[in-house]
Amino acid sequence: MTQTSDESANNLVEEPSLLDLARFPDVRKSDFRTADNTPVFIVPAALLLEVMRYLRDEGRFTLLEDLTAIDWQPREPRFQVVYNMIALERQKVIRIKVELPGQEPSLPSVTGLWPGANWYEREVFDLFGINFEGHPDLRRIEMPEDWDGHPLRRDYPITGPRRAALPANWIKLEGR
Amino acid sequence: MEDLQIRDAWLDDAEDESNDPGEESVPEKELMTINMGPQHPSTHGVLRLIVTLSGEEVIKCIPDIGYLHTGIEKQAEGKTYMQALTLTDRTDYLNPLINNMGFVMAVEQLLGITEQIPARAQVARVLLCELQRISSHLVWLGTHAMDLGAQSTFLYGMRDREKILDIFEMCSGVRMMTSYIMPGGIYADLPPGFEQAVADFVQYFRGRWPEYGAMLTTSELWYGRTKGIAVLTPEMALAYGVTGPGLRASGINYDVRKMFPYSGYETYDFEVPLAKNGDVYDRFLVRMLEVEQSLNIVEQALNKLPGGEWQIADRKIVPPKKWEVATNMESLIHHFKLFTEGFKPLPGEVYARVESARGELGYFMVSDGSNKPLRMHIRAPSFANLQAMPVTLEGKAMFADIVAAIGSIDIILGEVDR
Repeated sequence: MTQTSDESANNLVEEPSLLDLARFPDVRKSDFRTADNTPVFIVPAALLLEVMRYLRDEGRFTLLEDLTAIDWQPREPRFQVVYNMIALERQKVIRIKVELPGQEPSLPSVTGLWPGANWYEREVFDLFGINFEGHPDLRRIEMPEDWDGHPLRRDYPITGPRRAALPANWIKLEGR
Repeated sequence: MEDLQIRDAWLDDAEDESNDPGEESVPEKELMTINMGPQHPSTHGVLRLIVTLSGEEVIKCIPDIGYLHTGIEKQAEGKTYMQALTLTDRTDYLNPLINNMGFVMAVEQLLGITEQIPARAQVARVLLCELQRISSHLVWLGTHAMDLGAQSTFLYGMRDREKILDIFEMCSGVRMMTSYIMPGGIYADLPPGFEQAVADFVQYFRGRWPEYGAMLTTSELWYGRTKGIAVLTPEMALAYGVTGPGLRASGINYDVRKMFPYSGYETYDFEVPLAKNGDVYDRFLVRMLEVEQSLNIVEQALNKLPGGEWQIADRKIVPPKKWEVATNMESLIHHFKLFTEGFKPLPGEVYARVESARGELGYFMVSDGSNKPLRMHIRAPSFANLQAMPVTLEGKAMFADIVAAIGSIDIILGEVDR
């Protein structure tokens, strides 16, 4: 039994395409340039938990390094949630992405697989306004609890919400 | 008289508890919730802990972070790559050169110039990063020991850290926020006298370092405060994404410098210290041994520091030298373009990881082909390490052990909140 899972794990290393072809037909490779040669796969939100469990148990990607999101506004689907994982024994890395629409973005939480995803998901919820279904404690983490808006969205001004954008000709050159 | 009665009642309660130590749930009225921080000297920054206690025992510990949130990831979206470099110094403020290193690696991979970095710059980067690791560990050791009552260690640690900061000042002009490692090499050539200064420091520090160990490593008092406290099992460490000395103290051999070597780390001869118990003492021991390994790397780097260029020659990325700007029109144009617009990497994404003093520091950068990053995410090691801390405490530790646990994971709140 152990042997079989080892073999399938090795297959995954040699042939990353196995992930999208044989077992998960809906998973596709990302065509965006990755400068660090990490294999990147785009997973539908509905399949996320299944794929992640497969990667953790069969692929031995035991360490969830990082979880974050990208806002691609005005492109649609607008959000991408990014998972970076690492298989320590085999020294392999993989990146999983989930694409989400701009309206009510929501995806399942992976806190059941990696308890450490808890704060990362809270951070993405706080700064991007992306909802994680089944998260045990989805509260803001960086911003105050009564904060309006989600600062890392592209349409959120860098100068902050309380200061209206100044018009381009705001300096009055008097006496000229 | 009344006081005596109260005291008797309290004693009765205490006896009740001692008669029944294995009780499952403590009644609500006997629990006490106290607030630790955010302005508390031994929380190493502005960390707030909401601790629920039953007597001295920690039942629940909830960290509340965000007091140092400065929106560095958001600010980076409005800055060119060279400007965003200066923000990275300010995340983990005890570790600026290694932060620079992570950011620069990400940008260089986006630009596709990783292979072209001159040998002198690569060796200088390793040398400076390892000096930075020593200086960061000295602050950790000083504050950690001071929290647990060994005041003098702090003074010694600060004294020797000052010598490292002097070396940084020599190179970059500043002691802490260096921004010295930059895309394409290092900002300026290593100054005359640098090699002598580092050699002097190594020789001096080799003599001093055993004193630190003698103060703590075999001290009975230190054992009492650290052994068996805040134990992190390997499974928990992995599940919570703990990296760095915290992970290696639990027996898992993961060091980015060994597993994904960068800047020529594969050519240095060093070991990764491991421990197996995962308690405060083991984390202490792993860091103490790491300092010695870092010293070895510094020595090796010093011996093989080559001469020659310290930056790549591509003037679309690295600003031209001052005399070129003054004498050559094309250089003046390059200078102007770089400092008004900056360079534009091709669209793409990258996740670059380096081993900071606290664990795996990752920079996830996305470029949309413009001169500013579309997204810069910092995977801060302290963020994950802090998240795992309550698990090691709840139901297993006394209140005073919280301070030991915070010290042993070596958090920097500037990095946790970013």
